[in-house]
Amino acid sequence: MAKRIGMEVSIAASEAVKLADVDLIAAYPITPQTHIVEHLAEVVADGELDAAFVPVESEHSAMSCCIGSSAAGARTFTASSSQGLALMHEMLFIAPAMRLPIVMVVANRALSGPISIWNDHSDIMAEQDIAWIQTFAENGQEVFDLVLHAFRVAEDSKVLLPMIVNMDGFTLSHVIEPIEILDKAEVDKYLPPYKPKVRLDPRKPVSMGLVGVPEIYTEAKKATNEALINSKKVVVKAWKEFGDLFGRYYNPVESYKTEGAEVILITMGSISETAMTAIDKMREKGLPVGLVRFRLWKPFPATEFKKAIAGAQTLAVVDRALSPGGACGPVAEEIKAALYAERGRPKVFNFIAGLGGRDVTVENFEEIVSRAFTYAKKRPKQLYEMIGVREI
Amino acid sequence: MIKEFENFKGFSAKKLPLAEPIASGHRACQGCGEVLALRLAMKAIGMNSIVVSATGCMEIITSTFPHTAWNVPWIHVAFENAAAVASGVEAALKVLMRKGKIPQKHIDVVAIGGDGATADIGLQALSGAMERGHDFVYICLDNEAYMNTGVQRSSSTPYGAMTTTSPPGKKSFGQATKKKNVPAIAVAHNIPYVATASPAYFLDLMNKAKKAALVKGPAYLHIYSSCPTGWRHGGDLAIEISKLAVETNVFPLYEVIEGNYIINRKITKPKPVAEYLKKQGRFRHLTDDIIAEIQRQVDEEYDKLLKLAGETA
Ligand SMILES: Cc1ncc(C[n+]2csc(CCOP(=O)(O)OP(=O)(O)O)c2C)c(N)n1
Ligand code: SF4
Ligand SMILES: [Mg+2]
Repeated sequence: MAKRIGMEVSIAASEAVKLADVDLIAAYPITPQTHIVEHLAEVVADGELDAAFVPVESEHSAMSCCIGSSAAGARTFTASSSQGLALMHEMLFIAPAMRLPIVMVVANRALSGPISIWNDHSDIMAEQDIAWIQTFAENGQEVFDLVLHAFRVAEDSKVLLPMIVNMDGFTLSHVIEPIEILDKAEVDKYLPPYKPKVRLDPRKPVSMGLVGVPEIYTEAKKATNEALINSKKVVVKAWKEFGDLFGRYYNPVESYKTEGAEVILITMGSISETAMTAIDKMREKGLPVGLVRFRLWKPFPATEFKKAIAGAQTLAVVDRALSPGGACGPVAEEIKAALYAERGRPKVFNFIAGLGGRDVTVENFEEIVSRAFTYAKKRPKQLYEMIGVREI
Repeated sequence: MIKEFENFKGFSAKKLPLAEPIASGHRACQGCGEVLALRLAMKAIGMNSIVVSATGCMEIITSTFPHTAWNVPWIHVAFENAAAVASGVEAALKVLMRKGKIPQKHIDVVAIGGDGATADIGLQALSGAMERGHDFVYICLDNEAYMNTGVQRSSSTPYGAMTTTSPPGKKSFGQATKKKNVPAIAVAHNIPYVATASPAYFLDLMNKAKKAALVKGPAYLHIYSSCPTGWRHGGDLAIEISKLAVETNVFPLYEVIEGNYIINRKITKPKPVAEYLKKQGRFRHLTDDIIAEIQRQVDEEYDKLLKLAGETA
């Protein structure tokens, strides 16, 4: 029977990995990801989980090791953050091209420089074009559930792609929340054992990672991209089944008080909970505002998103990463591109907030919404603006 | 003595294994010493193996989609991480066998890389994998430069050699640094088996490859691999030059078994290095001074090796 326990979210993430009975974990420590792998090292050391724990000498080797492990047919997990994720960069493109269902938790943290251990989304947004399926968690329960969901989706024979579960560093990774931990029998009902169709096996030799000559490179890229786009069906189906079994239902895009909303706030990750409080407060005052947040980030759920924002005249998109020298933040960019061809599309204003651990408060959200109302009437000069900057 | 070696009597010219993990018909240059070295090593290791390849000549020439020259399972991921990928394969096989998910039958995991992949960009991954004690064989195919990208210098390029990034000129005599001693770095990791080998001594090479596979834990093989294209010598000279490298003490053949150095082919009357150098276009620009300096360095290195093996000249 599932048990509701007060637990640090990082530990809940590793408990999900343990319940998934992974075969191999390769990881390198980096704040704020460390508690996940420390806990996994412990459960392996105590014999609670029969897995190989490979304490590699870098994140580049962590992902390389995961690629080798997954190619050998093992259920494989890693976790990282920030500089570690950046060091993996090269490998992040190769894992999906080889169609290896590795699961990774990214405890999102700002990228250096200046060096910062605190939370924003600049690490993952620097990896925009890796063909990994990506979800963003809002709270501890979601982290636990999304990790199990990730194994289920990634290993589905119709998908076979690696998957990242993003969770905000510290604001999620290090907080203690009441979390319902499923038991092994329940997890087994949801997550079948991994049975790879192709693996490195001397009885049936295959070659992996061959040279992509110009005659084949484009087709190879297209095939991986199509697999990523088509994975959405399995992502959604696996959430539906999770809900049917355990009563918690998830969607690619979630709406909050969007009925009759003129301005809709767009968020991702743990700040969504603060945003909801701000919406409640503004609704009480009679302001027609709502909130839409992404749970599925890649493949970009364009259809679901358009449906969720239908009727709104203005979107206030909050980005937790800066795209230096660009037209706007990465989330706004994706949204603008998706909406550009739509008739009667809403106006989109972009706000960069919460960089390097700067709090995003209820007041910040109120300010963002109030500016969006103003800009809807009178277009601002700037393409986007940064919120909460201290002026000297 | 290593217990796994007890039942291995060594290969003989009459009884070579018929296994061909690498098929003919690959795209190596004519007379390539590197692919010869690789073929011999893999013949010795056999079909019950998984090969992890670094980016480089051997990867490119054997794996142009939709063709593959590999008759054993093979994976290429990137340039600098063959040892890390092999760590993952080896650790995964072990745990999958333990959990009964695949049959309990030993599989040799072999990582291969050029000198660039090994001595330069992949040294960290190699060090990590050796330190962690994975049961695998790492083979460095040393053709003394980055050949795949057009003959650039590596830290394994010998003193004086011309490459496209160590060109001789008015103020340069070519490579101005000494070759990095990667076998010594491997020895410093306290792994059970380290050896150097050369395709000119093919039985010695194959025996060492087999021993590297037999030994439990990490084994490191450093194989001399002549490259007619990059060294500028005739396509028919690979063996002759490889032989000269040993006979001049430029590339001594030795094993380090559990830390103990054994010189396999002691050269009592070494030929002058000039004989070795003059056959290769990459050394053609060298003056007598530099040749004398190379001779001095070769003698010095060989003396160090003799001391390590507890021998005298
Ligand atoms: C990270 C990275 N840097 C550079 C390269 C370009 N590159 C590919 S192979 C190679 C040289 C290979 O040299 P070596 O390892 O000695 O193998 P060889 O081709 O000589 O057998 C280089 C520089 C690359 N593929 N990846
Ligand atoms: S460039 Fe040299 S090492 Fe590469 S295939 Fe040709 S001969 Fe062999
Ligand atoms: Mg080379």
